[in-house]
Amino acid sequence: MTLTDGRPEEKAESRPVGLGAAGWARWFWRTLTSMRTALILLFLFALASIPGSVWPQRGVSDAKVAQYYDDSPALAEWLDRFWLFDVFKAPWFAAIYLLLFVSLIGCVLPRTAAHLRELRRKPPAAPRNLARLPQHAVLGGDLTVEEAARRLRRLRFRVTTGPGWVAAEKGYLKETGNLLFHVALLGLLLAVGAGALYGYRGNVLVVEGDGFANTVAAYDRYMPGQQVNAESLEPFSFTLEDFQATYIAQGPKRGQALDYAARLAVSDAPGAPERDYELKVNEPLDVNGTLTYLIDHGYAPTFRITDGQGQVAFEGSVPCLVVQPATFTSECVIKVPDALPEQLGLMVAFLPTAVPAEGGEWVSVFPGAANPTAQVYGAFAGDLGMGNGRPQSVYEIPPEILKKMKPLVMKADPLAKGEKLELPGGAGTIEFTGVREWVALQITHDPGRLPALLSAALATAALVFSLTVRRRRVWVRTGAGDGPAEAGGLTRTEGGDFGEEFADIVAVLNQGSTPGVKDAR
Amino acid sequence: MPAEVHPGLAALSDQLVLVAVLCYAVAMIGYALDLAFARTAEASPAEAGAETRAETRAETEPALAAVGGPADTGKAAAAASGAAPEDVRDGIAAATATGEGTAGSETATGDAAAGFEAASGADGAPSGWVLRAGPAAVVLSWLGFALNLGSLLTRGLAADRWPWGNMYEFVVAMCLAAMGAFLLMQLRYPVRFLGAFVTAASALGLGFAVHSLHVDAAPAMVALNSYWIAIHVSAAIIASGLFIVAGACGVIFLIRHEAADHLPSRQELERVAHRAIVIGFPIWTFAVVAGALWADKAWGRYWGWDPKEIWAFITWIVYAGYLHARATAGWKGRAAMIVQLVAFACLLFNLIGVNIFIDGLHSYAEVP
Ligand code: HEM
Repeated sequence: MTLTDGRPEEKAESRPVGLGAAGWARWFWRTLTSMRTALILLFLFALASIPGSVWPQRGVSDAKVAQYYDDSPALAEWLDRFWLFDVFKAPWFAAIYLLLFVSLIGCVLPRTAAHLRELRRKPPAAPRNLARLPQHAVLGGDLTVEEAARRLRRLRFRVTTGPGWVAAEKGYLKETGNLLFHVALLGLLLAVGAGALYGYRGNVLVVEGDGFANTVAAYDRYMPGQQVNAESLEPFSFTLEDFQATYIAQGPKRGQALDYAARLAVSDAPGAPERDYELKVNEPLDVNGTLTYLIDHGYAPTFRITDGQGQVAFEGSVPCLVVQPATFTSECVIKVPDALPEQLGLMVAFLPTAVPAEGGEWVSVFPGAANPTAQVYGAFAGDLGMGNGRPQSVYEIPPEILKKMKPLVMKADPLAKGEKLELPGGAGTIEFTGVREWVALQITHDPGRLPALLSAALATAALVFSLTVRRRRVWVRTGAGDGPAEAGGLTRTEGGDFGEEFADIVAVLNQGSTPGVKDAR
Repeated sequence: MPAEVHPGLAALSDQLVLVAVLCYAVAMIGYALDLAFARTAEASPAEAGAETRAETRAETEPALAAVGGPADTGKAAAAASGAAPEDVRDGIAAATATGEGTAGSETATGDAAAGFEAASGADGAPSGWVLRAGPAAVVLSWLGFALNLGSLLTRGLAADRWPWGNMYEFVVAMCLAAMGAFLLMQLRYPVRFLGAFVTAASALGLGFAVHSLHVDAAPAMVALNSYWIAIHVSAAIIASGLFIVAGACGVIFLIRHEAADHLPSRQELERVAHRAIVIGFPIWTFAVVAGALWADKAWGRYWGWDPKEIWAFITWIVYAGYLHARATAGWKGRAAMIVQLVAFACLLFNLIGVNIFIDGLHSYAEVP
């Protein structure tokens, strides 16, 4: 919003003259940094983000991307070719925002220079005929140049004087705000970029009673930025002592969660004393800028499995996947590679609050563990195929392996806590010994976090100045004998009502003198 | 956090909304009458002031060109030509009042058209009650606003939480914000003409909320259980209210005929829309930043391109585009208005489309 400077786009209209590489380069730079190009790039930026909400994105909903590949592989392949599952990492997306930000730099630099010059320059001399300005008033007779200048300075105007006139200007903060806003956007981009390069993110599932130490190996999934080295992980550790979920017990919203809380015993560094921390959904654990978030939870029933030879082949908890979030009906797989004479694989349905339903079925009616049961709905003996070195998911037995195993039990009666199921053929027994819960945690370190916050805060604050401050100029001619003193004013910012403010200024200028006739604003 | 919901307050809240809809609907008819008959006959003093000022500016602006350098010339010319339609409108006013009953606004109902004959006396001047329709509509709007506010408050008290935890509550709150933005604006500026459109939008919005989105008052989901909801969602709602006012201006701008009619001049519409966006945009910016801060607390990252985030971002970019467009030659007027309406469409899509059609982390809307 400069009052005097022409805009870059006016120059950009001219075609490259005299050709030559330098001429083209100049033309290209001017076009790129013109306001119209900025506008087009802005729209492209918005347009380019739309696909990100249309197709599932990797890193946000990986499961849905996989689903897409299952449902329509050919289409998915084509979409992937255009990075439509990674829109925000796509080269074409980067091209748009990089061009936009280059354009921004090209726009901000000259404007900053111009603004700095402007800040040092005096307001321009009074025009000859103040009556032709949008704001004009005739003042009381006895105002001197010095007095007018003094009063305008008191109104925080920057003032300069000449023979018989005073020129005053204020509202420089508008352009300052505008420039700071755009610079802050650049800062934000850099902060986000730094976070992506030097930060990491990891997920881990922890069962009550178990611990976690922050090392790469401890994660179930670890996603480092390109510049992260494994030694730089903050060396804290904790034990999950207890997890509590509370639910609405009655009414139409029965079963809706009210609160989750995980009690951790945290040690900030190896050997440091333990401290208690209550981890909640909106209250992450912060250890020197590495944050631990509670993002999910579920049940991990515990079992004791005795094999055919009477040995305890398995004892401990098994994390179950939630099948029905409303009731926490869950399923888990127990693999017992140590069982003799044959390895065992069991599939268990876990119902936190089981009630009998029609046809001998059991269902869960509430997410809290009021009447927990574990129902073995498949037990198999044979080779689990874990020796071949190929990694397996702990949540399933691959179907091709299952096919080769010998079914022992299909759909046994549900076990209450403490009950046992005898597997046929002397294969062993399984005892449901108790219920624990697991939490899924996300641990992140993002060095760009604070700079991003500061940039965003600066951008917001600067924007307020940029949009609300008005640049305005006021001139006073003291009349010098021929005619009355008069004042004129103008603002170039649209909207806003300078008339009122101008009337106030005139009132200040008129103080203590016989007020002259105020003509139409 | 208690799990109990106070049933009496919840029921009161539901009733207050219904009465608010009624107030808005009646107010809308009042504004429509005002728009169709009274406005042309009697421009409010403030409006008259604005027009005089516009004319003065048109005369004096060429002087600026000399003062302010070449960049000013375009603006001066725009101001000069922009002032013209207002004069035309004043000229036409008498003609309309004497009886070519085009019943200019589309909100004017059959009743209004019939009333026209009665309203304009033999000498062509509208009779008294039509002149009172506008002020009465304003009073009714304030009443509706108070009921709308009361409804949100009682709902919040009933569930003992901030009353914007699901889509029904968002929409009720947005109607409140739009009415609030309009009512505050009309205290200072001559924008009563917007009343018909804002009350229509709010009445429809509330009606839609009650009819299709209503869910019983209940405690919030765990993730919403944070003071950030007060900061982030309130800011988004206030900004949306302002954007609705700007959107209404945009719609009027486009349906307005080139020839003068009962509706305000294009220049006036642009001014009001711009003012609303200039206030709304920083608030929206703040809402997005606060959302990022909340996401940082709740989800372990401040920005993750969740669909809701994407559309908030797109909305922000397009409104920024509007502000740039206003600053660029050749994009003023109609083009800038269209940009503004596209941004508004993005805003609405984010509220409705994303909640219903796309699921993401922000799936709190509880659309029934
Ligand atoms: C990251 C993308 C950008 C965003 C979000 C953005 C946002 C904004 C906003 C909100 C304003 C309004 C401030 C006002 O009206 O005073 C503004 C003004 C401005 N922007 Fe940008 N901007 C961006 C990129 C650019 C670029 C690339 C340029 C240069 C080519 C640019 C040049 C300007 C100028 C010159 C103004 C002042 C307009 C005036 O004089 O009224 N902006 N920008």
